[in-house]
Amino acid sequence: MSNETVNPRPVELDDVQGILRFGFSHHTEGCFLLLQVKNPAAACAWLSNVPLANAVVARPAPATALQVAISSPGLTALGVPEEVAVGFSEEFRAGMAGDNDRSRRLGDLDCSHPSSWRWGAGEATPHVLLMLYALPGKLAAWRRELEAQWAAGFSQLAALDTTDHGGREPFGFRDGISQPEIDWERRRPAEDHDRLEYDNLTCLGEFLLGYPNEYGLYTDRPLLDSGRDPDGLLPRAEERPELADLGRNGSYLVLRELRQDVAGFWRWLAEQAGGGDRARGWAEAMVGRTVDGKPLIPEAQGLNGFNYDADPEGLRCPIGAHVRRANPRNADYPPGTHGIISRVRRFLGFDARVLPQDLVASTRFHRILRRGRAFGEPPSLEQALADPSPTAQTGLHFICLGANIGRQFEFVQSAWIVGTRFAGLPGEGDPLLGHRAPGPDGHPTDCFSVPRVDGPDQRLCGLPRFISVCGGGYFFLPGIRALRFLTSPR
Amino acid sequence: MTPQSPFLVIAPVAAGREAGLRALLDGMSSAPGVADPDNPVLPFGRFERLHFARLIVLDETAMADLSLYGVSPPRLGLRLMLLGDCDGPARAQLDELAARAEDGLRRLFGHCEGFDPNADLAAWLHAHSVRTQANYVNWIGRTVRQVHEESALQRFLSDRVPRAPLASGAEAQGLRRELIAQVQAEVSAGRLRLSAPEPTPIGWWLANLAHALGIPLLALLVSPPLLLASPWLAWRLRSLERSDPEYCPRPTAEHLRALRELEDRGHTNQFTAVGPVKPGPFRRALVPVLLLAIDWGARHIFHRGHLARVQTIHFARWVVLDGGARVLFASNYDGNHEAYMDDFINKVAWGLNLIFSNGIGWPRTKWLVARGARREGCFKRYQRAHQVPTQVWYDGYPGVTLNDIRRNRRIREGLEQAGVGEDQALAWLRLL
Repeated sequence: MSNETVNPRPVELDDVQGILRFGFSHHTEGCFLLLQVKNPAAACAWLSNVPLANAVVARPAPATALQVAISSPGLTALGVPEEVAVGFSEEFRAGMAGDNDRSRRLGDLDCSHPSSWRWGAGEATPHVLLMLYALPGKLAAWRRELEAQWAAGFSQLAALDTTDHGGREPFGFRDGISQPEIDWERRRPAEDHDRLEYDNLTCLGEFLLGYPNEYGLYTDRPLLDSGRDPDGLLPRAEERPELADLGRNGSYLVLRELRQDVAGFWRWLAEQAGGGDRARGWAEAMVGRTVDGKPLIPEAQGLNGFNYDADPEGLRCPIGAHVRRANPRNADYPPGTHGIISRVRRFLGFDARVLPQDLVASTRFHRILRRGRAFGEPPSLEQALADPSPTAQTGLHFICLGANIGRQFEFVQSAWIVGTRFAGLPGEGDPLLGHRAPGPDGHPTDCFSVPRVDGPDQRLCGLPRFISVCGGGYFFLPGIRALRFLTSPR
Repeated sequence: MTPQSPFLVIAPVAAGREAGLRALLDGMSSAPGVADPDNPVLPFGRFERLHFARLIVLDETAMADLSLYGVSPPRLGLRLMLLGDCDGPARAQLDELAARAEDGLRRLFGHCEGFDPNADLAAWLHAHSVRTQANYVNWIGRTVRQVHEESALQRFLSDRVPRAPLASGAEAQGLRRELIAQVQAEVSAGRLRLSAPEPTPIGWWLANLAHALGIPLLALLVSPPLLLASPWLAWRLRSLERSDPEYCPRPTAEHLRALRELEDRGHTNQFTAVGPVKPGPFRRALVPVLLLAIDWGARHIFHRGHLARVQTIHFARWVVLDGGARVLFASNYDGNHEAYMDDFINKVAWGLNLIFSNGIGWPRTKWLVARGARREGCFKRYQRAHQVPTQVWYDGYPGVTLNDIRRNRRIREGLEQAGVGEDQALAWLRLL
């Protein structure tokens, strides 16, 4: 790690897998294949040549786009030497289902514990994730074509099909609105100083390995002696040009199969609230946006131009609302003026008025880039209330990308989503994703509080579990040259 | 007001007794990292003045790093440490522990060198007590009893307050009066207790005042020669900062597992870390001076709910061990480890750097406060590598965070306040 910034080289967009830059939103058909290596030589041979969609803007959009990510056991199965793999992050190497302590922190308890997952734990750990995106009508034939190619090297562990609901997740809410804006042009200087305003622009290094992050530093990744890369397949590290950078232009990818009980969600809310309209009102408070994605902060400019500085008590958007937990939108200091006295007081914690707002700070170090896709055919609110019969399985294949699984996905999931004391809450988990298990002291965590100006918090208690985890894993999404390097003959 | 005190008993583990000691310690917990409050060895839960306590087998963690300076590490061996935070004087707490858990403590310290089964236990504990150089208490004067009583009050009120909008301020006042009457009935029936604070011990008050004034006075006295020497001191500091090696290798997966197994079992966690001080007279002299300053700041400035911007630390302490060769840091904090480290880096990196940059291998600092812990990856590896597993950890009020405690205190204050207006009554109800 180094503070020095070498002249910012432009990003090699043709070496970056496209998913880091695009959501492939025109490619409404998608499928995620979880594979295990059965013949390493054949697997490497295919991976080393298969065309991948990169991050260069192509017009018209290609009919199909393939992306590849590899798990830690996958690296071993492909024959990557341990001395190379050891440079990957500890979280990636341990895996999402690596141990009970991690599961406890991520809230993967009871029916969401890895022991009951469909895939992702033990023998059912995938090696390679293939992400197939296609324009309407183009997926099925291409998928068969690809399968004929990879079948010699891999066996299929699971296929995660997706459905397109026009950018809505299965509860019916518009999804994927809040995304960090990645600094592809490297405008943001690679230095370490406090940011007094919440800002959506995020350093490239928060999402791409090999570039400076928000601390102005390079995140740890495998840097190899050039002797390991005699053919010069890999880019050189910016901060240490004598070393080959296996991480550069790559990222970590988190995948979780989340099953959503959509019918149960609406029926329970309608029962508690007394009717469908009031159920929608409660659901919007729980999400922190309207069904159409509008923020609950009236001053918001557009769907994303807002923060919660003027709503410290959660009177407009409840503190515990899902989107407020997942992205609290705060700066490095609690709100205040830019004057030197105000800054010093906040720096030392002497501004008692804003201390309650300072329990959570510096959101910029905990951003995630979401690329999830829905699956199944969820019922609408009206259908759920009209027809009490059980419905088909539906949910979200949650995907997020980041250069640091521990500081980004795991932090947001454990401290903000699962944490029952988020920003001073009285003891409640995320209204959508919470596991509902009582705390170690026996106190329930299954309430949702809505602060109000004219009385004590309104509370909905006894929330059932609406979302459970049925599979998950950590993957390395390599740069395209890095993938060739990893799969080149040894 | 009852002030809080830290205690720390430390003794070398006798040769060949480590395995037995670890087995005994493991038996004291109901789950890894959660001491059974009724465990037969040391039933922590029976001691009403005990906030937090821990038992640790301290090894030679990080001492080998001395070789970075060409110094061969001293043979320190294993130590058994019992440390905790209590209401009132530490001496009285140790006496009480010796009196009421005598058999268990004899079994524990029976694994230590030179423990005489026939000697007076309390005297032995006092003889093996070590002074804490710098101590932080989130709120000086808040007792275990107060935390429990106010927590019960909050639960009682929170369960009973009608969660419906109030039409007017008058209605809020009426509801408040009604709730207060219910609390009073509970108090009379002995189901709720709201004890008045004890008077502040006069000796403590005087000593605290002397400390508050004495340390700045001392600083004033030594400032002229220090001022004269300041160009040399500044030059010396910068040259050391440039040449001191930064050493933060990745901790092993086994070490991380051992630490994580003990964490996040509740809302509050423990942290214990130890490391050798950089050799040489400059750093060895700087450490006690900085600890004196930190202790002064904690006692007189940051004693009301926050240590600079960090509001989640219940207790923290710095202890110099082995004649200044190494420093121990131990704390109790709310939230998970990753969030605690995040606070360290993003809110108080300067404070950490001030003291810990005198430890071998700390991420490179500039002018004692800049950079250092802001070097995120390096710092995170460093702190984990210096962390010591806390075999036995007792939390006197599990499930109650500092934020809960702050809110509960405001509820109690609002309950006891006279002449409350309509707005104040509503604000109080909204706390529930």
